[in-house]
Amino acid sequence: MAASCAAASELLHNVNKQIKLLFPKTSCVIRRISTTADRWDSPTQVKTKRSPQQLVGVVGLEIHAQIHSNTKLFSGSAVRFSSPPNSLVSFFDASLPGTLPVLNKRCVEAAVMTGLAFNCTINKKSLFDRKHYFYADLPAGYQITQQRRPIAVDGILTYSLLGGLKRNQVLKKTVRIKQVQLEQDSGKSLHDDLQSQTLIDLNRAGVGLMELVMEPDMSCGEEAAAAVRELQLILQALGTCQGNMSEGQLRVDANVSVHRPGEPLGVRTEVKNINSARYLARAIDYEIQRQIDVLQRGGTVQNETRAYDSKSGETIPMRDKEGLQDYRFMPEPNLPPLIVYEDNASLLPGADVCQAVVVHEIRERLPELPSVKRDRLVRTYGILPEHSFTLVNEEGLVEYFEAVLRETKKEPRKVIGWVTNELLGQLKQQDMSVSQSPISASALAELLELQETGRISSSVAKQVFQEMWTSSGKTAPQIIQEKDLGLVSDAEQLHNICQKVVDSNPDEVHAIRNGNKKVLNKLMGLVQKETKGRADPVLVRTILQEKTSS
Amino acid sequence: MLVFCRAVVRSCRGVTLDNIRPFHLFNDGYSVTSFHRRKLQSHITCNVCVTRLFSSQPHNPKVPKVATWEPVQDDQLPQPAKIPADLVDKLERLALVDFRTKQGLACLEKAIRFADQLHVVDTSGVEPMDSVLEDRVLYLRNDTAKEGDCAEELLRLSKQTIEEYFVAPPGNIPLPKREDRTALLKHSEF
Repeated sequence: MAASCAAASELLHNVNKQIKLLFPKTSCVIRRISTTADRWDSPTQVKTKRSPQQLVGVVGLEIHAQIHSNTKLFSGSAVRFSSPPNSLVSFFDASLPGTLPVLNKRCVEAAVMTGLAFNCTINKKSLFDRKHYFYADLPAGYQITQQRRPIAVDGILTYSLLGGLKRNQVLKKTVRIKQVQLEQDSGKSLHDDLQSQTLIDLNRAGVGLMELVMEPDMSCGEEAAAAVRELQLILQALGTCQGNMSEGQLRVDANVSVHRPGEPLGVRTEVKNINSARYLARAIDYEIQRQIDVLQRGGTVQNETRAYDSKSGETIPMRDKEGLQDYRFMPEPNLPPLIVYEDNASLLPGADVCQAVVVHEIRERLPELPSVKRDRLVRTYGILPEHSFTLVNEEGLVEYFEAVLRETKKEPRKVIGWVTNELLGQLKQQDMSVSQSPISASALAELLELQETGRISSSVAKQVFQEMWTSSGKTAPQIIQEKDLGLVSDAEQLHNICQKVVDSNPDEVHAIRNGNKKVLNKLMGLVQKETKGRADPVLVRTILQEKTSS
Repeated sequence: MLVFCRAVVRSCRGVTLDNIRPFHLFNDGYSVTSFHRRKLQSHITCNVCVTRLFSSQPHNPKVPKVATWEPVQDDQLPQPAKIPADLVDKLERLALVDFRTKQGLACLEKAIRFADQLHVVDTSGVEPMDSVLEDRVLYLRNDTAKEGDCAEELLRLSKQTIEEYFVAPPGNIPLPKREDRTALLKHSEF
């Protein structure tokens, strides 16, 4: 995220240079627009800088989340990533005449659960519609979606940003969720430009999607990226979507416009092709800046679809749709309205209980959501909010952290550093997940316990950690014994070492005796150097104080 | 209303059935058109005999037993719709059907005129129906895989395949410009 802001300011810088070249006499109002870093790093400064005629970005998102289910939305063919082409296609998915849609109960429940997680109103009656367009990966010539009355409406997503000078201030923001609708995914096209043909794989055709439409409540790429990240965590916690962007399970389109605060929204463009969270922020910030540039030059922003090119970092117009699209929406004649029930009491007499989707039951099954989990971690363990973000962001890390705590008496506030710095640092460096860690939670707990009980010093503990990482399977006590890393607490041995240090540093001793007690730390460092960090610091301090006081 | 309109569009298609573009993925263009033709026939039969042969409900006395017909005076109808060339373009593009012949246009205008009679019907306070099935319970299926795995069978339907892929033209082929198309369609002019 920091990188994206840096990139954005660099971009702005270049743009400014160009503008100065092009319009040497115009004063550059453009400077601080949408540089999110600026805004947070110096809030007071921005307030004075911001004039009413300044253009700001407005961002709304449309997110397609693939429902994590065994079978497709309207057919019983399996849902799987990277299977042989066209091996997961039923006659319905291939739109053979005479086939009919049969709705998957799991997909309905997933959409209801997702709606509930965002505090949506669940429509007890929702409708299916056909949206028509011609494309080879949509064999029916239309997509079944929910245009008029989606399954869930009017929700809210609360997400947080880390701001402030040290980026350790948690800023809470909200974005309204307009609706959650069920719809079919399309197949995949492989374009063969050389032979001028398109290869069609219908494995994905008909997979259930939840389209989440967010209101334009965000103002920059970083906010959008943070909102998407939170959404991703929520969907993963619910299990309704696996949320892997690289496998296309979560796809984001951004609607971007710029305006002066208080004025009506500007003409928007739709940015597609954003396939990673990293590019999302960049694509949006690029597009906001591009539109500001267009307007500053006196031009107008075209309502168009643009694609993000991750190589150049630019958005480029996509092939022009021939005029305005007309999807010819019509009610889906093959599907009666979808009814869900608030509780079992509201079931119609004679209705099949196995068939019914009961909102109340799904609400009961809602798991702990990421924001609640973070609050609980901060409250229970007294850790910093930013640490709770780190823990929750990494799959399995909360469980790991809590497992370590169960086996050590070390304070949670001290354990957190080990988990978020040492462990996570190593994992990231080697691109591993928490479950792949060569050091189990109980092995780490054992190591920390040794440090806590004074058997090893903290610097040695870090050394042992590294050893444990590379020579997996060896326990901390084994390594300590093999390498003779145990804390030197033999009083006589320490006395000798301390004496040597005192004798060879008369100036420091003199300073201490004259009242500069801080110099004692230097002597302590020298002792630790002598013992390779193995000396018991409490004991050393006592001995040194004794030897310098007389 | 909806079903009705679609029937009209289909009857328009009937004029220029030969101009229907073959569907990309299925080379069997003939069966697609004959499918439409069958549907068209079934609409006609529906419109003619409204004796509710298949209704399981006892006959509702409010519904006449045979179709009744009262011609609507022309002055009660709105102005006849004119179809500008741009709209023909748009309709052809949306439906992927060519009907730019004198007869095709006349047929469309006649169909719209026919539908104009619906304006006379007072529908205030009547909620439109989506389908005749709207009070039925929507069946929900369990999430167990039971289909698919029939790539060979499906690919056999396609004129062109590469390995296990269907082969389609690149992207959407843009329709030719109006002038080009007029030249193209000269032969179909009556």
